[in-house]
Amino acid sequence: MAELDTGGGGGGKGGKVRSKKSNAKVDLTAMVDLAFLLITFFMLTTSLSKPQSMNLGLPDKKTDDTPDVDIKVDERRTMTIVMGENNNLQWYMGLLETPKAGPKADSYGKKGIRVELLKQVQAVPQITGDPKKGLIVIIKPTKKSSYRNLVDVLDEMAICGVEIYAIVNEITPAELKLVTPKTP
Amino acid sequence: MAKIKMTKKATSIDMTAMCDVAFLLLTFFILTATAKVPEPITVDTPSSTNQHKLPTDSLVLVTVGSGKENVFFDIKGRDIRVKTLELMAAKYQLSFTDKQIEQFRLMEGFGVPIGELAAIIDMKSDQRNKEGQQKGIPFDSINNQLKDWIYTARQANIELNGASAVELHFAIKGDAKLEYPKIRKIMDIYQDQKINSFDLVTGLRGKDY
Repeated sequence: MAELDTGGGGGGKGGKVRSKKSNAKVDLTAMVDLAFLLITFFMLTTSLSKPQSMNLGLPDKKTDDTPDVDIKVDERRTMTIVMGENNNLQWYMGLLETPKAGPKADSYGKKGIRVELLKQVQAVPQITGDPKKGLIVIIKPTKKSSYRNLVDVLDEMAICGVEIYAIVNEITPAELKLVTPKTP
Repeated sequence: MAKIKMTKKATSIDMTAMCDVAFLLLTFFILTATAKVPEPITVDTPSSTNQHKLPTDSLVLVTVGSGKENVFFDIKGRDIRVKTLELMAAKYQLSFTDKQIEQFRLMEGFGVPIGELAAIIDMKSDQRNKEGQQKGIPFDSINNQLKDWIYTARQANIELNGASAVELHFAIKGDAKLEYPKIRKIMDIYQDQKINSFDLVTGLRGKDY
């Protein structure tokens, strides 16, 4: 109990002095008030959640003196995502001139590009006949695409388990035409 | 004998338990608190489902606001921050007083050309973080101070911790509405210094995304 026993210890002088019998109760209300005030303060100033971060590894930038090495990649494995303005995107499999599928407009998120990505992640190893040769996604952000779109697509890669993907900044005019809205 | 006495109940409630709980919570919050620092620009980060946490020490953070040239620079880790300032001052032939250096130690990110940095350090923090006060660090090809800051931060890290120093972490905090080329520019500045791995700061997205 919140009582301070002040009665004890007065054993001297034959025990006749009985003046201090009542316990002094300390009023804790003010203390509790103060404690809650401080709690409120700390709760409001604390940032409990640290920001999330997405690690992005990019290939080393080529300096001019190193010769170009062309690596042949199976066109059946590649999927290209071209990101345009206003949250538009177009994807196609293989080469743009002779696409295996698409090009097709799609949206971001669960019902959009993810459906196709998950399908291709399953399908590509079966086509190549080697479980190690999975899907390769080429991400092409155009100048008009937003940073949010880039993070969204990178996030899809993590969600769908695409292991090989690259951000490519070279956009061919044909690809640019895909995502440019047609003028009426 | 059997006289019913109306017991007078005390109206005061025993506060001990309540007090205990309050102080327990208080202790918890004090111990877990990392004070929220007012940021000179508000950035609406894009969200992702990623769970990876941003490291809090020895981190170089470039914040890109949605304004025209708003690029802010921040180093977490006070010793490195001070050392970086000293090296930058030597590079640009500027001098800062001891008081300014001490103030800079406690300062979070800033976004002004280095010539105006002294004036910003002298300001009070509420004045400093007023919107529009800091215009951003120049990072174009003629006057690429951002590159110098990043480079000097790495230099400072090595000078402080020796050659075996753990490499700093690098991060970009960009506004979701930014157009890609601007982010690309910052990435290029990193990549020009052979920093090929860095973090993109994101918010957490809901489970059912």
